Order: sequence, then structure tokens, then C-alpha cells
Amino acid sequence: MRLAVIALMLFSTLFMASGAARAATLKATLISPEDDPRLERTHLERAYLGHPGGPAADGVQVALDEGGFELEAAGSAVALSPATARSAETARAAAQAAEKAGAAIILVDLPADWTLAVADAVKVPVLNLGAPDDRLRQQDCRPRLYHLLPSERMRADALAQALVSRKWSKLLLLVGPRPEDQQRATVAQASIKRYGLQVIGTKPFKLSTDPRERDLANTLLLTAGSNYDAVWVVDSDGEFARGLPYRTALPRPVVGDAGLVALAWHAQFERYGAPQVSRRFFKAAKRPMTDRDWAAWMAGKTLLALAAASPKGPNAAWTQALAKATVDGSKGQSLSFRPWDGQLRQPILLTDGQGVIAQAPVEGLLHPTDVLDTLGADAPEKLCKAVR
Amino acid sequence: MTLERTSICFSTLALWLAGSACAQGTVYVSSEKDDALTLIDATTLAVKGTIATCKRGRHLQLAPDGKLMLACSDSGVADVIDPASGKSVRRIPLGDDPEAFDVSPDGKTIYVSSEDDAAAVFIDAATGKKLKEVKIGQEPEGVKVSADGKLLYVTSEVASLVHAIDTATGKIVKNIKVGKRPRRMAITPDGKELWVTCELDSSVTIVSTADHSVLATLKFEVKGARAQDITPVGIQMSRDGKRAFVALGRANRVAFVDVAARKVTDLVLVGKRAWNVALDKAEKRLFVVNGLSDDLTVVDVAGAKPIKTVPVGRVPYGVVVVE
Repeated sequence: MRLAVIALMLFSTLFMASGAARAATLKATLISPEDDPRLERTHLERAYLGHPGGPAADGVQVALDEGGFELEAAGSAVALSPATARSAETARAAAQAAEKAGAAIILVDLPADWTLAVADAVKVPVLNLGAPDDRLRQQDCRPRLYHLLPSERMRADALAQALVSRKWSKLLLLVGPRPEDQQRATVAQASIKRYGLQVIGTKPFKLSTDPRERDLANTLLLTAGSNYDAVWVVDSDGEFARGLPYRTALPRPVVGDAGLVALAWHAQFERYGAPQVSRRFFKAAKRPMTDRDWAAWMAGKTLLALAAASPKGPNAAWTQALAKATVDGSKGQSLSFRPWDGQLRQPILLTDGQGVIAQAPVEGLLHPTDVLDTLGADAPEKLCKAVR
Repeated sequence: MTLERTSICFSTLALWLAGSACAQGTVYVSSEKDDALTLIDATTLAVKGTIATCKRGRHLQLAPDGKLMLACSDSGVADVIDPASGKSVRRIPLGDDPEAFDVSPDGKTIYVSSEDDAAAVFIDAATGKKLKEVKIGQEPEGVKVSADGKLLYVTSEVASLVHAIDTATGKIVKNIKVGKRPRRMAITPDGKELWVTCELDSSVTIVSTADHSVLATLKFEVKGARAQDITPVGIQMSRDGKRAFVALGRANRVAFVDVAARKVTDLVLVGKRAWNVALDKAEKRLFVVNGLSDDLTVVDVAGAKPIKTVPVGRVPYGVVVVE
């Protein structure tokens, strides 16, 4: 990767406009977890929807590689360097070291707590590529923290909208045993309520074949005894959810973490030039482009947009430009960051893993200013108190 | 041409005998998912047939010799179709994933945007041999050659640039920064201005061909539509250069523009995601392909009103009128 960075800089330098004043290089650092458990081979092989398909650096690099001409025209350059962290403390140290070395922007693909540690340690903007936690956009938001990946709530809202458009209003909610499952179930219930859907029952589940626990583990028992239009499963692990479709007592669809899943991206998305993006990513990374890869790619695109907008920098100019940046995400419209919580507004795709079934915001939904703001925390809710 | 006219007259003999005028021409529409062109009678505005083509046909254009050329992204070729016979006469290899092209004024060279390779490819029309490949920004799309054939303009959707390329040397003369996601281009008949539609900027960037500076940006506004839903793509100018017709994508409208004043005079409601446009020879009718409603809207130019919608193939893309 370091090689690629050098190559990019060299490329940009070669093409730098003749006679133009030498532009500043936008330096950025990407901090990823060391020995990332999400990237262990067996986990990657399962390819659960919504889970990473590989390192975030892949997506960022594809964006930087395709930006050569744009940078050349603007007479600017971007340099990305990698760093790793083992804990919140080492993440903080890595961020401070990067800032000291001149990084104008820090990219993180880290857990929520580590992300906060980084945001609190530096004065430069931080782009969050991998933490979907709503608290980072709400009670724990930070003035210079930006989010490329949609929040859990945006995904839940997208799914709720899709269910409303199908008039599948009665839902059975199955919730996994992890603490994050509880949090995400609360988010799902809020979306369900917001869109006037109805939960007819909530049940915990557990991965088990123990006959004494069959009420928790047997999909037929879990889904029998009531009538519903769909089963919404919240399973951050992924294994239980994967085995749920076609194993329900009633012939009803599964949504949530299996069946129909709301994601930022799917490699089979056919509109708005998306196939070209997925193809470029596949060529470079030798794997299909996931929603996480899209967020990482968008982070790279954001760096390019800043460098092109203010070729001479300095860092302060890039910080200012970031708040107003619009980036093309190949989802049909220019995307921008919400001024109230730094979240990138974006359409969300509903996929069954094979193709894209629908998009949210669903057609016909209205909003006073921007229909994309029907997904996730909206301005009037004032959930982020940080002054941006 | 005589042969073509005869055959069309023959095919619409019944109509002709019934007292209506002999058909003046045929509208050809490419569709991305049918591997076929849909043929519409320009007079009756009824579908009169289809022609099987290469796979995933997109950009469609009339070559200087009167043959129809269709770029096929999946087959990597241009299908050359004789409008007189309605048959493919040859296929010219265009490389990987060609999207759009233009032909040099002398008809000898085809300039292709190769979406996958991020390149402008020069192809010898006679032999089909690749003459040159110029690396440009990602997702190149619109291709336009100047009237004198000396300059080639290609848009890069990702880099938001128009590359001005010297056709003799294959060198990039200038990278022109335009609005977000530039798509298609038109050159004013006096050769002085290059108009570039910018899909994600709701605008047309107007570029001076003399020094490649940006002269103006024409922003489109549609009452009741937000800027992000106004996504201009297809553009054509009238022969006198006084009017431009711009398809506004998801705003589901075509804009009529006064070129000198750089002002929109009319907005005409058409189908979903208006994509490309073509005028008939008399410039009385404008044909608009609608990518998301699988149809074509026929617009009366004088009255600025849609007069008929004709169902065509799946995901229609390009349109050409042959008279």
C-alpha cells in the first residue's frame, strides 16, 4: 500500500500543471485495528451482509487511484499512510502521531470507543468509516467527526420504509444475545414505531441445539403461535439470521440481518454507474465490493474532493471545505454531510444478497427539505448537542 | 437513401393509399437490456419493428456515410446497420466496455470512450484496428469531435473533467474542470462553444472552444423538483444554433434553451429519467428516450408539448432519426 501511495504522489507530481505554484499535499492517515477479528479468514468466508469483506484500505485506495486526473487538473496531491491500533489508547497515540506528522484528515475504521478516543485526541477532522453506532451521531457526537457509513438507525429506517411501501406492517422481532443486539433492537423498534408499523411480539434467540433451550433456538418454535407479515431479525453475529429464511413456521419473509437487508452498497447495484465502481473495486481488491468498502471508497473520494477544491490547502481550508463538501457516490445524486451530526446523507439499498430489490428513501415519501433526511436522525430532533 | 425511402413507403403502403403522406423517416431507439433497436415510424409514431443487434447497445449515431452505428458495451463492438435494409452490415471491434463514440468528419476514425479502461480509443473505421489509446479520467462517457476534426472532447464522470485531446498527436491539450458527473456534449454550429451536461450539478457547463475556459454555467430549475432530482444528460442543438434541448433525467422533463441568452424557455414533461434526445430533420419534433419508463416521448417543438408516448425496449438509451 505504501508503494501505491508513493506511486500516486509520483503520478500527481508528474502531471502537476506546468508553471503553477507548487500545491500542498493533503496528508491523511488511516487507522485500522491490529489483528482485526472481523477480518479473520473464517469470518470473511461467511460473507455476512453488512460485515466487512476485507480491509478498509482497499476502498480508500481505489478512490485515490481513480483520482489522478482530477488532482492533476487541480494541481494537487493526496498522500495516505496507514496506522494500526490495539486499543483506544494506542488509537489515540496513533492519531496524535499522525497529526504531529502533518495529517490534515484522519480516517478510522475502529470500534466506537476507539473512534471517540481519536476524535478527542486531535484537532483535525476524523472520518469514521466503520462504526455504525448511533451514539457517535447523537449523545457522543463530536464537532469534527464525520461518518461515511450509514448509522444503524438509517439502515433501520430504510428497512421500515421498505416494509411500509409493501404494507407488511405486522412484525415479529427476534433479538440476539449480544449487548449490541439489544441496542440495535431498540433502534429497530424506534424505526418501526416512526413508520407506523407494529411489533406483534419480541423474542430473544440463541444459537444452540440443546433440547432444554429449544424455545430459544428452534426457528419453528420461535416463529409459531402468532400471525405476522415479516420476521425482523437482529443478529450482529450473523449465523442465526442466515439460517432463518425458509425455516419460519409461517411462509413469511425475513428482514433485518438476513433475508432483506438494508445496506449502503451492494456489488449488484445496477443504476447510476454503480457497476463500473464495483468492477473497478473487484479488479483492484479481487473481491466483491461491500457496503463497508463503499464507505471506505467514499472516504477516499472525500479526500480527493477536498484536495481538488483547495489545491493549496492549508489544513484549515480543508477542514472548512469538508463541512460543505459534496461527493458523488454513484448512487444517483451528489451526497453531502449533515451539518447537525456529520453523517453523510445517502440513499440506502435493500438487498437479499443476490441483487438490489429496492432503494430508500422509498418513492412517494416526502420531507420538508431533503428526502434523504428521512433516513436517520433529522435536524429538528437535536440529538447531537456538539457545536459544529 | 432512395432505396430506404422506397422500402418505408412500401411498408406503410396501406396508410399511404389511405391518403396520408408517405412516411418521412424512422426513429431508431437502442435499449440496454434487449440487444435490439426499436424502429418507430416517424409519421404514424407507431412501432414498426425491431432489429437484433450486438449486446447491451448504448450510444447510437448516424455515421457520415449514412449508416447507423451502435456501440455495444457487452459485446465490445459497434454494430453497423444499413437503415435501407435494416440489417447489420459489419461489426467493428471497439475494445472493452465502449459506452459512447463519435466519428471524425471524414468518417475515417472512430473515437470511443472505453468505460472500463478509462481511455479514449481511436479506431480505424475501415480496418477496425486500434490506432491509439489515450488514458483519461475514470468512467469516460460523452465523446465529441470538433467540426474541423482537430480536437476531441471526452468527459470523465468521476474526475468531473472534459479532456480536450489533439486528434493528430493523441495528447491531452487541456483538462477542463466542469460540473459534477459530466455526461454529454454539444458544440454550437459556429464552433465557439462546447456545452457539457453535468448530471450531478443540475447544470450545463459552457466552455469556450478557443481557450477552453468556462464561460458560464447554466443551472436548471424545475418548480416542485429539488436540485438533486434534476440530472441533465442528453443534449442536442438546432441546426441554426439558436436552441438547445436538454434531457433533465430524474426531473422527467426536457428543457428548451435559448442558446444566445443561456436561458431556459420551456420545460416539457416527458417520461421517467429522460436520457437522450434527437430532433427530426425539420426540427418540428423532438424524440426523448426515458430510461426508467421504457418509453419514448414525442414532443412538438413549436408548441413545446408532448404529443405521444411510445413504448420501446427495456432501459432505452439512445435515439436517432433517419429520414
